[in-house]
Amino acid sequence: MSFERTLEKLKILADAAKYDVSCSSSGSKRTNTNKGLGNATGMGICHSYTEDGRCVSLLKILLTNHCIFDCAYCVTRKSNDVKRAAFKVQEVVDLTINFYRRNYIEGLFLSSGIFKSADYTMERLVAVAKKLRLEENFNGYIHLKSIPGASDELMREAGLYADRLSVNIEIPTKSGLKLLAPDKNFEDFIKPMEKVKNEIIQYKSEKKIIKSTPKYAPAGQSTQMIVGASGENDFQILKTAEHYYKNFNLKRVYYSGYVPISYDNRLPNIGSEVPMLRENRLYQSDWLTRFYGFQTNEIVNINHQNLDLDIDPKLSWALRNMHEFPVDVNRADKRMLARIPGIGMKSVAKILMARKYRRLNWDHLKKIGIAFNRAQYFLVCDSNQFEKRDLTADKIKAFILKNSTSKYDTILNPQLNLFE
Amino acid sequence: MQNKTLIYDGTFEGFLSCVFYVFEYKLTQVTIQNEYVLQNALFSENENIVTDKTKSDRVWQGLKQRASRISSTKIYYAFLSEQPNVENILLDYIQYIFKNKEKVDTDFTHSSVLKTSQIAKNVSREKHRMEAFVRFRLTKDSIYFANIEPDFNVLPLISKHFKSRYADQKWVIYDIKRNYGLYYDLQTLDFINMDFPDNFDFSKTSTDFFANEEFDFQKLWKDYFDSTNIKERKNMKLHIRHVPKRYWKYLSEKQPNL
Repeated sequence: MSFERTLEKLKILADAAKYDVSCSSSGSKRTNTNKGLGNATGMGICHSYTEDGRCVSLLKILLTNHCIFDCAYCVTRKSNDVKRAAFKVQEVVDLTINFYRRNYIEGLFLSSGIFKSADYTMERLVAVAKKLRLEENFNGYIHLKSIPGASDELMREAGLYADRLSVNIEIPTKSGLKLLAPDKNFEDFIKPMEKVKNEIIQYKSEKKIIKSTPKYAPAGQSTQMIVGASGENDFQILKTAEHYYKNFNLKRVYYSGYVPISYDNRLPNIGSEVPMLRENRLYQSDWLTRFYGFQTNEIVNINHQNLDLDIDPKLSWALRNMHEFPVDVNRADKRMLARIPGIGMKSVAKILMARKYRRLNWDHLKKIGIAFNRAQYFLVCDSNQFEKRDLTADKIKAFILKNSTSKYDTILNPQLNLFE
Repeated sequence: MQNKTLIYDGTFEGFLSCVFYVFEYKLTQVTIQNEYVLQNALFSENENIVTDKTKSDRVWQGLKQRASRISSTKIYYAFLSEQPNVENILLDYIQYIFKNKEKVDTDFTHSSVLKTSQIAKNVSREKHRMEAFVRFRLTKDSIYFANIEPDFNVLPLISKHFKSRYADQKWVIYDIKRNYGLYYDLQTLDFINMDFPDNFDFSKTSTDFFANEEFDFQKLWKDYFDSTNIKERKNMKLHIRHVPKRYWKYLSEKQPNL
């Protein structure tokens, strides 16, 4: 391995891959039973964080940034004047193994620009994974990008070696895609996704009968949507996400606030703000549907098409549904406890355990660690102090915003000061 | 009744032996102290407690019957925090557990139950961070070496993780704050003590000790780390929250002159 040349390629191909926000390295169980290298456990590990605050858990690179497509939002697009490079299969294997041995990473995330054809590219991605598993005895995490238009046979092989497969739909609507990625076909994204979904279903049913069935993409599939490049509202974005969760059993949908990289007038200008707060609100909404029992329609709907930027989506829902409150912390079921603003799932678990012993009051709840500033307006407990208040939603919102100097706002939403 | 201070050897078994002693003599006014951090209290009678495996096992088994597995694990985790006075929070918790017929280990309205849980959570976070921030460097003897300085004594907690992950390479993780380490020689995992040369700089990679290619891989990693940053999204506050500065000196991606 020529160090200087590899260094240069790594810079180019890591730089080009950084807009892919998928970083998860969890959800796969690959035990190191063969005295080989590495394992993948339920909980992934973030080994570092970039200065923009995003997790570094996988060696995330492109195999090449040569591309036959010309998608306006993509740095790797054909018409963009950037330095091009390509890794050899063995180079990616060596980098992965050496980084992994030093405990820098949990594994490899390998994507690629499309050179020659979809299959030609996919074949090389698969070759890297295959080499890692079969020749290097590597049990760490591997995430491969499904190349739109790749054949069923290659997708089947990919899933045998990778923990996760993903195909980025990037643009949430068909019309947006037509505008920004005219060479791409919506169906080309769907086909590999469909194939992987079916393989996973088949694997699960075979596994029940034959224990030794080889694993197929044990960490499932994910996808990514760019936010703020093509004018969709949050309702469209979250509905699209819901569609993929339901119909393709996706494990994750990622939302990527568009970072302007082009002077193309179909897109936001270079220098315009990255919609980070909006992106954060989308992730919060996503969590509400995946872990808090919310339906997408409760968070966004025809009458409420965009998420509030100044308050989180759970608080927003609560303020629009005041008839559900106050909730009695000492009696409510898990579902309703989880709907109280300022109470997370960990606090819900603690409340359920602690209230077996005695009725909980404000003091107990504060110690357990609920966000009092938000929660106080929405619950009753074994204290009288706040029970007789009869405030309107607007009043409550004003009170909360006035008192929200919480770490949450400043750290997670650095742009919040724009609205102050 | 007079105050009594029980002094133990700093081990978990030693601490549990103290707990046994407290129950055996039905002591009420009692403080447990590690012999290494001993501060003499006025008007207190000191008693040295000998670590007794049989007694400590009895306490531990009893605890596991009266509390959930998670709760007993939390007690062990909290103990490893080495926080001043943590022994007495744990004693209070354990007494509360044994005093009641019903299970009380999830009564988070009880202060020592809640405190134990919170301290255990801090230790658990440090454990997870050590699994993340250990940076192995390949030595001339083909051993992957890492040094750490965790706030809490988490080395016993991370051994399993590294053993199952790095089964095909020799490695050492050394806690330079507590002067002991873990050594895996491809067969077994042992606790070890090491002497380092006077000129050994724990934050640098010198070719005197480390393999020639080691520097190259650190450079590749650091450059990778820098290239993956999106400067339009820079957020140092969030960055530092995730990677607190006290860890930086041993992270190769954070070395300025690489």
